[in-house]
Amino acid sequence: MSRVLVGVKRVIDYAVKIRVKPDHSGVVTDGVKHSMNPFCEIAVEEAVKLKEKKLIKEVVAVSCGPTQVTETIRTALAMGCDRGIHVEVSGKDYEAMGPLQISKIFAALAKKEEASLIILGKQAIDDDCNQTGQMTAALLDWPQGTFASEVTIDGEKVKVVREIDGGLETIKISMPAVLTADLRLNTPRYATLPNIMKAKKKKIANMKPADLGVDMVSRVEVLRVDEPPTRLAGVKVETVDDLVAKLRANGTI
Amino acid sequence: MSFALRPTRSLYAHLTTSNFVQCRTIKKEHTLKSGGWERVIPAFRSVCGEDGVSLGEAVREQHGRDESVHRCRPPDVVVWPRSVEEVSALAKICHHHHLPIIPFGTGTGLEGGVGALKGGVCFSLRNMDRVLDLHQEDFDVSVEPGVTRKGLNSYLRDTGLWFPVDPGADASLCGMAATSASGTNAVRYGTMRENVLNLEVVLADGSIIHTTWLYTSLVTLPGLKQKTSAGYNLTNLFVGSEGTLGVITKTTLRLYGVPEAMVSAVCTFPSVQAAVDSTVQVLQTGVPIARIEFLDDVMIDACNRFNLLSYPVAPTLFLEFHGTEKSLEEQVTVTEEITQANGGSDFSWARDAETRGRLWKARHDAWYAALALRPGCKAYSTDVCVPLSRLPQIIVETKEDLMLNRLTGPIAGHVGDGNFHCIMVMDPNDQDEVIRVHEFTERLARRALALDGTCTGEHGVGLGKRALLREEMGPLAIEVMQGLKTTLDPKNLMNPGKVL
Repeated sequence: MSRVLVGVKRVIDYAVKIRVKPDHSGVVTDGVKHSMNPFCEIAVEEAVKLKEKKLIKEVVAVSCGPTQVTETIRTALAMGCDRGIHVEVSGKDYEAMGPLQISKIFAALAKKEEASLIILGKQAIDDDCNQTGQMTAALLDWPQGTFASEVTIDGEKVKVVREIDGGLETIKISMPAVLTADLRLNTPRYATLPNIMKAKKKKIANMKPADLGVDMVSRVEVLRVDEPPTRLAGVKVETVDDLVAKLRANGTI
Repeated sequence: MSFALRPTRSLYAHLTTSNFVQCRTIKKEHTLKSGGWERVIPAFRSVCGEDGVSLGEAVREQHGRDESVHRCRPPDVVVWPRSVEEVSALAKICHHHHLPIIPFGTGTGLEGGVGALKGGVCFSLRNMDRVLDLHQEDFDVSVEPGVTRKGLNSYLRDTGLWFPVDPGADASLCGMAATSASGTNAVRYGTMRENVLNLEVVLADGSIIHTTWLYTSLVTLPGLKQKTSAGYNLTNLFVGSEGTLGVITKTTLRLYGVPEAMVSAVCTFPSVQAAVDSTVQVLQTGVPIARIEFLDDVMIDACNRFNLLSYPVAPTLFLEFHGTEKSLEEQVTVTEEITQANGGSDFSWARDAETRGRLWKARHDAWYAALALRPGCKAYSTDVCVPLSRLPQIIVETKEDLMLNRLTGPIAGHVGDGNFHCIMVMDPNDQDEVIRVHEFTERLARRALALDGTCTGEHGVGLGKRALLREEMGPLAIEVMQGLKTTLDPKNLMNPGKVL
């Protein structure tokens, strides 16, 4: 029986209208509703389902960031994870934190916790990187089943049905492995009040990246953030001839 | 136009063939008189900003219709206020210039409530979309009119709370308050009437009132009261007023804990009587069933075709139970005993979210499944509601009426509340059929009234049921309602031509 690490990221809620900061250094996050990344919710649900089927023993929810991320960990605990790990990162390190740093943290934790599976969301809705799962597998030299829409554990192997451009690809990989959850993997459960109350009693361990031997230096610097250009008004014409003339004039035909 | 008592023919006038065309041709130039509008439009722009006012034809058409069969009645101008202060300022302008005010939420109503019969100003409230003051321990939350039901439940998903009133559409919550909406969950959680705790309303003259307690500021306050005996019940006066007494700009809703577990089941019966009798008996035994929906054989057949399912074509009940694991076992056992005693089939089960979703898809797609029975036709939903004890009788009589008159009217209903809908599918170009449908709906409404029921369980009175309202309430009650309307809106600016 095994232990699963699940990554949960605190992001701006998907329903919020994003605004760019006046100094173009990033987006406005103060006072804005945050919640668990939707793909992370799916990852948590899959891990909890595996535990309910008694295929794995323990689910550990992990999040990296400042104090607020413990809220996200608590939601994962309310959904059924057994305990949490809060890797504390704040200030400039947090702003510069990206898939490379996270994957180093997960690789270190996987060894420390002797995990047999790491389940992550396929990507975060704020940066859309889609890199953390893949990098983590590379650092650990573990097989990876990404864009999973179906996961079946079969002894020491995992059968993963992956969503790819042409359709579905089924692979069989041996554990330990990294999986990333795609949209159709499952429908995450709602946290119920009794479970939220139980979650308050579950343990969340606190540590720093340095405790895991991870260096948070980023090789990426964000220069500027801009909104997409506003859509220009269209031009109406009266007749088909006018349309053809205009298309000719601007070189389209 | 005068809105004095009219004979039944007024209902028919709204349902003539031409009315089923989605939108009439609108004249290219606005029907605006010079002088008056030239002062008013800039005044609107100074309140809502340049982008907050539109005279565009397509925009006005969009705001002149909802999901009913009533034809499009566009307003003269659409405005988008961003705060209650802006709503009040706009209302003051309209009041000064005698302009009708039509509040618009999501346009998902089913009774033509947003049609601007006398033209006027449509207040489109979708930009006021904040969720405010969530009090998790008090189980309440306040929302502005742009927040929809699904939007709120998504916002609440990490809190363990939800707002269960589910009319099907993803409607504006303030709009649901205005029409006193209900839905599939009403049998367990009640309708809007039971779940609206407080309202902020802008009256026709621009005054802002709070109906149960004063909203003081945006800062979260502890311990807002849910129970009170103080003063007249203004909150429930405005719930269901359909925009005729004021513009609802904020509503406080009662929330519930998300159920620990849910189980859904489908059961078929040898007859309508057996299905409805089972419903009545389940409720009588006190099972706190969450959803109990009836679909008749015509409806099931339509659903089978539309969703490629293979449910037996017979009167069917869709059931849903909410609770702890243990209480679910109990609820289900008791219910199964009852259905089997009435000749019901074995239950088809669903426990996890995905399977339950598939099970309920058949019921949720009922409207489209009915339309798909006769492509090219339009659909109109009846909405009568009777005491439970009369439900078997009215459904059986209604089905006989449908068959006798060769009408396509699959039935789907919230039988737990005694409420059912006949989805009348008709060809808008077939005058004879349109007349037969109209006469059928009148007979149905009167049949319900005769059985101590109501002509509208949840959709509202809107445009088409005003005469039936008079029959249902009687002249004295109508007079009192008219008196209240005159007190709150002496110039009759608030959504004229609806309800009364």
